[in-house]
Amino acid sequence: MAEKTSRPLSPHLQVYRPQISSMLSIAHRAAGVGLAVGALFLVCWLMALAAGAAQYDAVMAFGGSIIGRLMLFAFTAAINYHLLNGIRHLFWDMGKGFSIPAMTRSGIAVLVGAVALTLIEWALAYGMGA
Amino acid sequence: MSLNTPLKDVRGLGSAKDGTTHFWHQRLTALALVPLVGWFIVSLVCLSGANFDEARSFLEQPLNAILMAALIVAGLYHMKLGLQVVIEDYVHGTAAKYVLLILNTLGSALLALAGLYSILTIGLGG
Repeated sequence: MAEKTSRPLSPHLQVYRPQISSMLSIAHRAAGVGLAVGALFLVCWLMALAAGAAQYDAVMAFGGSIIGRLMLFAFTAAINYHLLNGIRHLFWDMGKGFSIPAMTRSGIAVLVGAVALTLIEWALAYGMGA
Repeated sequence: MSLNTPLKDVRGLGSAKDGTTHFWHQRLTALALVPLVGWFIVSLVCLSGANFDEARSFLEQPLNAILMAALIVAGLYHMKLGLQVVIEDYVHGTAAKYVLLILNTLGSALLALAGLYSILTIGLGG
């Protein structure tokens, strides 16, 4: 295993202008890490539901609080973005859509789709009585 | 014809330490998660503001319980694989890297067990 070296790294953040390719890529990773935190809460919710009404109500009360709703919003935004961008990745894995114009178009479609999905889901959720 | 040097052969198959397994499993779980997450999002919206009994009845239905269990397994494995590369990318050559990688593996497994246990408990009326 390589020990930690003090060899310099090739500069990247200091050199490259932010582009849709790199920004969406790091956003995909960031969303993934955010979803990992969300997964923790999902399991907590399941455990509370299994444990009983008191525990479930406590978890739901947190979910209904301001910070709870903000976290839920971030979670749904992350899941929508990571899902759509993940599908974009799967097409790349099949060898499709690598040209710069195609990559740009699919990237914009993912962003638009993620925003739209998040708004639709929340509109529906509030309609259902959240 | 293998392009590996003898040392490479001994060290293990590439930076993932298991050849293409990580790549393939990541894609496989991703594929499974496309419909599962779709179902999950729809369920989440439908379960908005659900009280204890409503939420329970939802997960007592066999199909929902099975899909939730599948989501837990595929999702947490996908998460473990993803976090693994994040740790490998940003934490270097120190003990911290190994501790984090081990915590990731064991933590993901534990979460999956907790989730599956909860689904079983609900399904069996506990």
